[in-house]
Amino acid sequence: MREIPVLEVKDLRTVFLTDAGPVRAVDGVSFTVMPGETLGIVGESGSGKSVTALSLLRLLEEPARIVGGSIRFQGRDLLAMDQEALRALRGDRISMVFQDPMTGLNPVVRILRQLTEHMVAHGRATPAEAKSRAISLLGRMGITAPERSAARFPHEFSGGMRQRVMLGIGFANDPALLIADEPTTALDVTIQAQILDLLRRLNGEFGTAIVLISHDLGVIADVCRRVAVMYAGEVVEEAGTAAVLADPRHPYAWALVNAVPRIGTPLGTDRRLVAIEGAPPDPLALPAGCRFAPRCPFRIARCETEHPPLAEVAPGRLARCWVTQAGEVLPKAGVAGFVGTARIPVATQPILSVRGLEKRFPLPRESLLAPRRVVHAVNGIDLDVARGETLGVVGESGCGKSTLARLITRIHAPSAGSIVFDGQEIGQASAAEIRPLRRRLQMVFQDPYASLNPRMRVGDILAEPLIAHGLIGRGAAARERVTELLATVGLNPAWATRCPHEFSGGQRQRISIARALALQPDMILADEPISALDVNIQAQILNLMLDLQQRMGLTYLFIAHDLAVVRHLCDRVAVLYLGKVMELAPSAELFARPLHPYSSVLISAVPGRAGRILLQGEPPSTLAKPTGCPFRGRCPIARPICETPPPLVEHAPGCFAACHFPGEFAPPPSP
Amino acid sequence: MLRYVLTRLLGAAVMAVLAILVVFLIANTVPGDPVLAQLGDLAASNPDTVMEWRAKWGLDLPLWERYGLFLWGVLHGDLGISIASQRPVLADIAQYAPATIELATIAFVVALAVGIPLGIAAAVRRDSWVDAAARVISLVGVSSPTFWLAFIMLAIFYGGLQIAPGPGRLDPIAFPPEEVTGLFLIDSLLAGDWDTFHDTAAHLVLPSIVLAAATIGLITRTTRAAMLEAMQQDYVRVSRAKGLRERFIILRHVLPNALIPVVTLGGIAYANLLAGAVMTETVFSWPGLGRYTFRSAAALDFPAIMGITLVVSVSTLLVNLLVDLSYAALDPRVRR
Ligand code: SF4
Ligand code: SF4
Repeated sequence: MREIPVLEVKDLRTVFLTDAGPVRAVDGVSFTVMPGETLGIVGESGSGKSVTALSLLRLLEEPARIVGGSIRFQGRDLLAMDQEALRALRGDRISMVFQDPMTGLNPVVRILRQLTEHMVAHGRATPAEAKSRAISLLGRMGITAPERSAARFPHEFSGGMRQRVMLGIGFANDPALLIADEPTTALDVTIQAQILDLLRRLNGEFGTAIVLISHDLGVIADVCRRVAVMYAGEVVEEAGTAAVLADPRHPYAWALVNAVPRIGTPLGTDRRLVAIEGAPPDPLALPAGCRFAPRCPFRIARCETEHPPLAEVAPGRLARCWVTQAGEVLPKAGVAGFVGTARIPVATQPILSVRGLEKRFPLPRESLLAPRRVVHAVNGIDLDVARGETLGVVGESGCGKSTLARLITRIHAPSAGSIVFDGQEIGQASAAEIRPLRRRLQMVFQDPYASLNPRMRVGDILAEPLIAHGLIGRGAAARERVTELLATVGLNPAWATRCPHEFSGGQRQRISIARALALQPDMILADEPISALDVNIQAQILNLMLDLQQRMGLTYLFIAHDLAVVRHLCDRVAVLYLGKVMELAPSAELFARPLHPYSSVLISAVPGRAGRILLQGEPPSTLAKPTGCPFRGRCPIARPICETPPPLVEHAPGCFAACHFPGEFAPPPSP
Repeated sequence: MLRYVLTRLLGAAVMAVLAILVVFLIANTVPGDPVLAQLGDLAASNPDTVMEWRAKWGLDLPLWERYGLFLWGVLHGDLGISIASQRPVLADIAQYAPATIELATIAFVVALAVGIPLGIAAAVRRDSWVDAAARVISLVGVSSPTFWLAFIMLAIFYGGLQIAPGPGRLDPIAFPPEEVTGLFLIDSLLAGDWDTFHDTAAHLVLPSIVLAAATIGLITRTTRAAMLEAMQQDYVRVSRAKGLRERFIILRHVLPNALIPVVTLGGIAYANLLAGAVMTETVFSWPGLGRYTFRSAAALDFPAIMGITLVVSVSTLLVNLLVDLSYAALDPRVRR
């Protein structure tokens, strides 16, 4: 007897009715999920993956509307159901987990009620039964002291804990299908690893089928056996996840796979990534032929005119491409990455030297009687950055990496310690003394939109720092320099008259880089410059940064949470935990032979990698100044001696670690 | 939670002392020489008389010492003697306040009872006729001058249709109930006097509607905006994905969040109703604080004005304290 699929989507079409006409967000998507199966849907923003997810439960809001196709859940057509029948399925047989756990829970309602209300509403349990089930669910989701936690309010929980609660809500009625839309995107890597592990276990224990939506193929590879790659509203490839990662059969999937550096692959000699030019097509004017044709490096004549169908290219593998359907194989991309001898800053004088840097932020008093509380953001950091190198700074949120950058650029004043930039002490210098140095030390932020004044034209944004520093007058000279800058970062100089909102995220990040370059700095501090961008755009920006570094001899301090990117881009890496350096080593050494247990754990948490060390718990609060080894509360090999703070010591040339037992905690072998 | 309450109480006490200081400073820096005003030209030309008079009223003492004495008086319920009525200011206020409290409280209840449901309905059925009606009601309420509205209401319901009683708290021929609280509704109930209760209630209808009009508009608008904002939040979508009924989502998830800003506004509105009934009280011949204020101001009766200012600021502080406490009840994030 053939099993009935849990979910069978056929030719689903969802449009947004806009003033300019209907936007085909989901355009003929089909896939099938069998009971207990796991399917990933991957694509960049605007590919239609999230709209697909919302369409499945008919949770779309105006102006989105499903205009065609069918969605069958266990054989019943969801699109033909009335609201009442649909409501009976939602949260009961099909549940959904959304991206942002910080806003997904109602702040004024206790956790317990948020876990139990739909058990009671669907008649699955009496309130008393629901309560005991909720508490056992919280326990299964890995929440400590579930009984006490249930009585709390969401704000008392961290992001990772809230996502566990959300998963508990999702599994409360033992659904046949769970749809998870970017469930780990807002979380730190070690927490992401915990949540993905939990998802995998729940799939096994409950036998729940899972549809996991993500922009990150690595995340999907961690949980899902099969993956559907979406581009411009269509599925362009569907196959086993491992197969797509190893041998993609659609050029877009190929670009997606090769745009991201992988932590497991050996490093090559070239740091440039595969980045396809251009952007997804305007959904109001989709190309007549293949939608990827304008950007596709493998295009043939037929692609421009005929729209390829999704057809089998190998057993169990579907792809929407004329070339691979004709039996061609896409080339293996050159192994990206770099193994050179990294410059170890002993001989040359460092451009930047930080000693004993500390920063405390006093919090406003909560009331007249409350004691003043203090956030210990940075607790004594020593670092040297050599001229022309790229130093990566990694760590989870709250480790002080952003504060470090803001201290070096003196957006904040340090509480203690010294910062020497090119031979000049700037740690305690006055604003007037720093001003001439500001020029040479620029910063690029994560959110290009927030850091560009929305009411200014791009030309003015770029000319402003030049004029402010008296380097250039208004008029022709300024215009000329703006033209030059835009060309440098790969933007059309004619766009100088546009405002920031007319640009895409990647283009805006190019503008912020152009602004940083305007003053011809020696060093750029980039705080998560690519983490808000799609993978392909990330690759474009990284390539741009590499080019600029080579051409201008720039020094970078690159702050990121994505270890694969850091490994790929940086000469040396500093690993931060609770405002202290845990390990500082050349990139190749660090990733091959981490000395500090925390480095090992971080590296193993990167998704899409076997042999994971799951770290229990979350980083402790920054409100208390750490004593002893800051990591000892979570360290798998902590011993009594760890109560004394380990100094940052050089254990091999250029490899520093702050641990009493360096190298003792071996990472699992990478596959 | 207890600590939260205690710190708020302490804060309110500090604010009250500051408010008294401000009132004191204003009264003591008003231009004009009290010596001249009270003694007349002839007596004021005799230095001995002036000295003696100043000593009698404590005017020869330094400012901070006078402030201490004033504060001491306030603490003992001594707000001075009103020039106009020659009675203790506190006694005057105690006589006029209940009428205002009764009127303002009823108006406040009316504003909440109309404004909140109307705001909810307008948000839930956005862009429907309910929403349009709510918009018209709040626009009329907020923008019509109280004075004008009061006359129109009187003209229609009292003069024209004759279904409402005229100005005043009671019929001119009726006796007020035996005074316990000074609030006629409560006093008449306590006395078991149904006729008076009925009469009081009838007399409250028009003035409380007039007084509430602007507040209804504000509360409707705020509720609607807060509801719309809360309905945009992710937890609403999560609730829908849980398969909860729309009604349940609105009442149990959206409303508790939307009420938080409404409470802030409500506090300010109630304090304003207490202090701002001058127009309404004048038109409806309401023997309340508003009219007392008006009269005292017209007579330049400084002790009375100071007393009123003090009472109004302290009651504003009390209302704010209540707002803070209801915050704690509504929003777990401010509790600690
Ligand atoms: S059909 Fe042509 S244009 Fe489209 S992906 Fe394949 S090769 Fe590229
Ligand atoms: S010093 Fe001790 S606790 Fe800290 S990382 Fe090393 S082994 Fe772990």
